Amino acid sequence: MDIDLSQFSQVFFEESIEGLAAMEAELLNLDVDNPDDEAINTIFRSAHSIKGGSGTFGFTAVANFTHLLETLLDEIRDGRRKMLPDHVDILLHSVDVLRGMLDALMAETEYSDPKLQELEQRLNEALGADSQTSSEATTDAEPVADTSANQIWRIRFIAGEHIMRCGNDPMLMFNELRDIGSLNVTLLTKEMPALDGYDPEACYLSWELELETDQPQEKIKEAFEWVEDECEISYEQVTTEPAEQEQAEAKTSAVVQTVTSKPQGTAKPKNTDGGSIRVSTEKIDMLINMVGELVITQAMLGQIGQQEEISQESVLMLQQGLEQLASHTRDLQESVMQIRMIPISFAFNRFPRLVRDTSQQLGKKVELIMKGEETELDKTVMEKIVDPMVHLVRNSLDHGLESPEDRVAKGKTETGSITLNAYHQGGNIVIEIIDDGAGLNTEKILNKAVEKGLVSPDEDLSDDAIHQLIFKPGFSTADAVSDLSGRGVGMDVVKRNIHELNGTIDLRSRKDEGSRFTIRLPLTLAILDGQLVRIGDHVYVVPLVSIYESLQVSQDRINRLSDEHELIRLRDEYVPVVKVFKEFGHHAEAQNIKDGLVMVVDNSNEKVGLLVDELLAQQQVVIKNLEDNYTRIPGVSGATILGNGTVALIIDVAGLVNLAGIGHSNEHAA
Amino acid sequence: MKKILAVDDSASMRQMVGFTLKTAGFDVTEACNGDEALKVAQQGQYDLVISDVNMPVMDGITLIRNLRDLPAYKFTPLLMLTTESGGDKKQEGRAAGATGWIVKPFNPDQLLATVRKVLG
Repeated sequence: MDIDLSQFSQVFFEESIEGLAAMEAELLNLDVDNPDDEAINTIFRSAHSIKGGSGTFGFTAVANFTHLLETLLDEIRDGRRKMLPDHVDILLHSVDVLRGMLDALMAETEYSDPKLQELEQRLNEALGADSQTSSEATTDAEPVADTSANQIWRIRFIAGEHIMRCGNDPMLMFNELRDIGSLNVTLLTKEMPALDGYDPEACYLSWELELETDQPQEKIKEAFEWVEDECEISYEQVTTEPAEQEQAEAKTSAVVQTVTSKPQGTAKPKNTDGGSIRVSTEKIDMLINMVGELVITQAMLGQIGQQEEISQESVLMLQQGLEQLASHTRDLQESVMQIRMIPISFAFNRFPRLVRDTSQQLGKKVELIMKGEETELDKTVMEKIVDPMVHLVRNSLDHGLESPEDRVAKGKTETGSITLNAYHQGGNIVIEIIDDGAGLNTEKILNKAVEKGLVSPDEDLSDDAIHQLIFKPGFSTADAVSDLSGRGVGMDVVKRNIHELNGTIDLRSRKDEGSRFTIRLPLTLAILDGQLVRIGDHVYVVPLVSIYESLQVSQDRINRLSDEHELIRLRDEYVPVVKVFKEFGHHAEAQNIKDGLVMVVDNSNEKVGLLVDELLAQQQVVIKNLEDNYTRIPGVSGATILGNGTVALIIDVAGLVNLAGIGHSNEHAA
Repeated sequence: MKKILAVDDSASMRQMVGFTLKTAGFDVTEACNGDEALKVAQQGQYDLVISDVNMPVMDGITLIRNLRDLPAYKFTPLLMLTTESGGDKKQEGRAAGATGWIVKPFNPDQLLATVRKVLG
């Protein structure tokens, strides 16, 4: 049978990555001195499944490596070996290596990390000299049939009494022998008991078989492999030809090698970015239910439509039907959105490991508390929020939490805590990263900001305002000497990443009490809370999260730098204004700033004004990708279709500012 | 059409076994642990059950023991999927009433050969 095993690879990768996550979580929670049996079992099962699958689907290197893990875990599970802290360490590193190997397989690249050899060696050492790295794929290979001359075997087979009760049937075994040679069967019935002692479910028979075959004895034995312990079987070679078994063993054209799936090279490139998503059947059932309701409503509306005369009553029914339709459509929309939602635990799960490794490295004692792991959010949003979260947690570990000595000196507990918390609020998901460390160093930040020219020395700023300075571009992290944070990625990048997801980040920090970063994200990237604005005959959408305020500006507060550059004075700040109609090249009623409205929006922590004619409604809009449907337009992040069927473009503030050439980089150039 | 129940907690293995057997013309039902399999098995008579050993909730050996206790599965072939390192498991499985085993890793042809062997 020709079955392409590569079709199962994607599922294998997915479940293996899940298995590794489970393994890692259990390892991190494990009490080494007194390990929980179920935890060890879970860890074992993950390794075991990956081994079984990788062997079957042809990923030999993964199979060989997991074999070592499985062996070690099996010994620990059986109590033959005591769990040591070093084992946890080896196993955790093995999780990393396996992730790397799987990633390489998914990306169809070569995996070559010296860590693999190093870990293999450590595993072998842990297992003692008796185990070997040798691949089982080769040892497991079945000897292939030898074409030696026919031999005659006389086999005496006395069936165990209970053989039938295990579903074994001697006839089937004889059939198997018939496949490898010619067979003569003689039934011996002399063991049959008298009728009164006869158990109809037992087997009292024995046979004498004469088999002429060119196959080695091993192959014959295979037919009886399952029952050899409970049956009496003897083999006797009748002919005097030289035994050929040894010769057969030398043949190693391994069956396993030739049949285990297509190796990675031939498969078509796959989306390694998790192109698929697992959806619980519950969610799908909900969808089907919803569609069922829709069909019923549609049938009802259809009936009304077929009536020849429209009565008062039918108008009422029509209205009812339309109401139902609206409600079902809304429910259906929500259900469809639900499909893309996965619990944030997928993102949280990587933190126990990160915190463990990092705190060890820093010599700090840290407890990680995770709350609201079941909170769901869009898969794409989650994938993009992980990096900023990692950065924030690293920062808290590195700069926030104090060393055990410092904490004790401050009268705090020796062990600090980092809390990850997630919950839903309105149409948003809120993710908090809270530490009980030293809080931000206000003085240090202010000095640095002054030094970098971000604020003037005589500015009177509140603590909170000073804290916000860390999000400014150009304010690089701390002393930049640490190995952990300060890898050239500043908080401004974190903020920008979150902003790209239409989210916001807030910071509250109190000296010696700790810091709390609050990330607020829309539940999905497919829907946006937007402010509709009109410019000339065109309607645009501005993301609500980026709007500070909208105002009319009188002439005396407008400063004209050049034809292209105009500023408005907004309290103590000067804010550049973009004339949107100019950038997009169409007509507008308000050609000058004083004639229109200025909408002040955020552009990477800098304020920018957009000149518009009129504010319209605020509403949720469904984002349609322009690149897929048309082409990329600078200054536009997407489009949406409004209730009346017209298309409105969604403004990309950063892009628009670039287009107008008034980015903050210009302002700070001096 | 012969009915086969395939039990494995690994989705990829389950799919591989299911696909292979369906392609070969068997009627295949899948279950992802022993507990689920036991329930499914009692809702219809299967001609063969193929089960993984290491599974959460209920492992394969307990499943086989439980199935064997049911009158409907007294003589039904029950196969385990084991690894070559699971020598003890084979004996344990036999004692629980397993007909035989298929050793992982295996390929579709080996699987089919074994299935045909027990189904005659």
